[in-house]
Amino acid sequence: MTTTREIAIQTEPFVVNFGPAHPSTHGVFRMLTTLDGEVIVAMEPVFGYLHRGIEKLAEERTYGGCIPLTDRLDYLASMSNNFAYCLAVEKLAGIEVPERAEYIRVIMAELQRIASHLIAIGAFLNDCGAFQTPIVYMIREREKILDLFDMVCGQRLTYNYMRVGGVSQDIPEEFVPALKKFLKEMPGWIKEYDRLLKENEILLARAKGVGILSKEMAINTSASGPVLRASGVEWDIRRADPYSIYDRFEFDIPTGTAGDCYDRYRVRIEEMRQSLRILEQAAAQISPGDFRSEVPHLVRPPAGEAYGRLESPKGELGFYLVSDGSIAPYRFHVRAPAFINLTALSDMMRGWKVADAIIIFGSIDICMGEVDR
Amino acid sequence: MTTALSPGKIAKQLAKKFPEAVIEEGADSLLLKPESLLAVMEYLKTSPGLDFDYLNHVTGVDYYDYLEVVYQLTSLKHNHGLVLKVRCYDREKPALPSVYGIWRGADFQEREIFDLLGIVFEGHPKLRRIVLWEGFEGYPLRKDFL
Amino acid sequence: MAMQMVPPDWPGNLWAHWAVFTVIIVVFILVSVLMFIWFERRAMAVMQARLGPNRAGPFGLFQSAADALKVMIKEDIVPSRSDSVVHWLAPVVAFVPVMMVFAVVPFQGGALLADLNVGILYVVAISSVTTLGIFMAGWASNNKYSLLGAMRQVASVVSYEIPVVLSLVGVILLTGSLSLQQIVQAQDIPFILVQPLGFLLFFTGALAEINRAPFDLTEADSELVAGYMTEYSGMKFGLFFLAEYAEALVISALVTTLFLGGWRGPLLPDWLWFLVKVGAVFFVIVWIRTTVPRVRIDHLMALAWKFLFPLALINLLVTAVEMLVWPDVSLWLLVPINFAVMIVLVLIWSKFFKLGWGRVNV
Repeated sequence: MTTTREIAIQTEPFVVNFGPAHPSTHGVFRMLTTLDGEVIVAMEPVFGYLHRGIEKLAEERTYGGCIPLTDRLDYLASMSNNFAYCLAVEKLAGIEVPERAEYIRVIMAELQRIASHLIAIGAFLNDCGAFQTPIVYMIREREKILDLFDMVCGQRLTYNYMRVGGVSQDIPEEFVPALKKFLKEMPGWIKEYDRLLKENEILLARAKGVGILSKEMAINTSASGPVLRASGVEWDIRRADPYSIYDRFEFDIPTGTAGDCYDRYRVRIEEMRQSLRILEQAAAQISPGDFRSEVPHLVRPPAGEAYGRLESPKGELGFYLVSDGSIAPYRFHVRAPAFINLTALSDMMRGWKVADAIIIFGSIDICMGEVDR
Repeated sequence: MTTALSPGKIAKQLAKKFPEAVIEEGADSLLLKPESLLAVMEYLKTSPGLDFDYLNHVTGVDYYDYLEVVYQLTSLKHNHGLVLKVRCYDREKPALPSVYGIWRGADFQEREIFDLLGIVFEGHPKLRRIVLWEGFEGYPLRKDFL
Repeated sequence: MAMQMVPPDWPGNLWAHWAVFTVIIVVFILVSVLMFIWFERRAMAVMQARLGPNRAGPFGLFQSAADALKVMIKEDIVPSRSDSVVHWLAPVVAFVPVMMVFAVVPFQGGALLADLNVGILYVVAISSVTTLGIFMAGWASNNKYSLLGAMRQVASVVSYEIPVVLSLVGVILLTGSLSLQQIVQAQDIPFILVQPLGFLLFFTGALAEINRAPFDLTEADSELVAGYMTEYSGMKFGLFFLAEYAEALVISALVTTLFLGGWRGPLLPDWLWFLVKVGAVFFVIVWIRTTVPRVRIDHLMALAWKFLFPLALINLLVTAVEMLVWPDVSLWLLVPINFAVMIVLVLIWSKFFKLGWGRVNV
């Protein structure tokens, strides 16, 4: 419901800077808000504090050498970044990936989706003021996923695991039993989060109906991922443009109806459940085989261009590569979902209060590494 | 499955409405003239059967002779995609019309192309540097920058 | 049970009585606050599946002392264009009234500094002075955002005073006296059973007044733009911090005295019962903090005026009618009636209650 205020006293809007150093866990992002009392009249996002020139750096590196660069884009979902980049290179060079490698990639991508959503939801609840209790619980579950990743590639954050043509090393024997153990426990944890949060009166009051992104606006501003799906658009790259072996798995696409913060939070919880479903099927279907196809060390794709994309936890992550036949990409462009999801932010925030601004910003779930590149 | 609409079919359809718009058809993309860019985009978005309501991304590439801007469009309803390209041969003051009025998703992406490649998008309401700071000299993504 | 174990002017001389009890109160508050800080950090950590302070001393017991020492030796920075007298005075005004409330709280039968026969009035009046200290802090900092935070605090305290005081009147009606000593002595059954709605209203309102979660928006919501404590460092900040926990201690003590039966209980010595009950109430406060998210400023106002205030009025009306119609009835009979009234009222009211307003058309 909206109200129109009658201004009884002549007041003046003033500009408040929510500076780059944020107490919320979203990285260096600056919002220049014009406030009228407590209400936000206008907002302008300013970023670029984490710009490292990755797109230019990639032009100096070989195709295989760009993979560590992609890790550092969305550092909370490194596996997805690697995966998208390898898809783009394989499309460009016409390389086939063996089946076991496909299964491993899907398992890693879905585990990464759960890990990223845990942080996203935890940070969102932190912004709501739940004093770090939910985020601590979710980090505890994320530790189990990070242990699985540690088992596979020795890293916990920037994995550098996938290679052009497959993955860099095979999964050890203890991985699939550990994965199955994790899959047995995780639904119970998600149910616990639901028990504590789903019908929480205060969370409902703060998040329901707040920061509404309408369907038309979401499509017009090229939103993707949970932000788009919470506004009612059923568009998931895994279903619309299946890559890898996603057409072999059965899963639902959770959508919201209202496009408010609460719906975005619910969509992420449900996506975690669907990821668990995919993981169970993949863990059952994986079979021995090659983990990487025969690819020369220095890949030289023929001249041309390719756009490889996938559904990362934040949205549609795509890599647009242009090759001129040499060992380094001619143009390396990242279609960063967090960057593009921010387009609608100022419209979503107008008319809400200062406290809501932080919640709306947290519900979009951005990662500054991706926004700034 | 997002089928890429074959450029040949689109070119034929466009040729009927905008006779001079398409310069050439590549293997999976269409090259347009900068002057007819807005009209073609508007037509692609609104005409039934095409309905390209979703702009996936806008990006720029620096080929040494020209600067090229690539648009990737998708129709959520029909699940088909299309790639369009525009070229800008002037390296001193490159300018192109902005599609901000058609898809607002182009807002930050056109600002980024302006920031890193120097192409001015006419019609964009707030064309400023986005990832680099105001006052930065030069356009880093150009091949002659470093 | 010995009702009056300690005569009112023990140990014989009025000045000695005053001195001894002042020392007891000050020591009690300071030690309790340090223990409370430790207890809160450990309890919150356990609820959050982590450890909490465990390095400084056994079980981290000396952590608070270490923090207090650190805060005392830090540099005291005063903003150059602030009102330095007010800046210096604000923490004092915020902390001292909290200590003064303890003058009327009975630790044991008759063991209190002064058995004022207007005890509750004194408590309500003195505890409001803290807000003045916070507003002084916000004003003296010469900082736009501190002032905003302080004003929010004043608005919330003013709003929540009314339901709190009204819920106290129910207890007063049952006892027939304002003196805290007599209220404890009248509690043959703890008043939490006889006045359940009053207890809930008092507890919620008190949490809002002392800025604890879920109502801590003046100190944590302003984490973006910092609250009234921004420009304070060193021992002045330490005093504000202590004042926050001392207020929590005061609320626990008041709830214990007014609703839980004070120092009364079988078997254990009376002062131990008092400490146990205060600790239990504080544990519930910490538990609430760990569990729920924070409300917004308009939710806070709406809750006070549209939910708590009418319920407090109705509670007062019901209690007054009961006292009028059955002046001599045993309190046990009132328990099920009051519980039924509470459940019906809360259920009906929350159905019609809307938290705050939505988006403003700009």
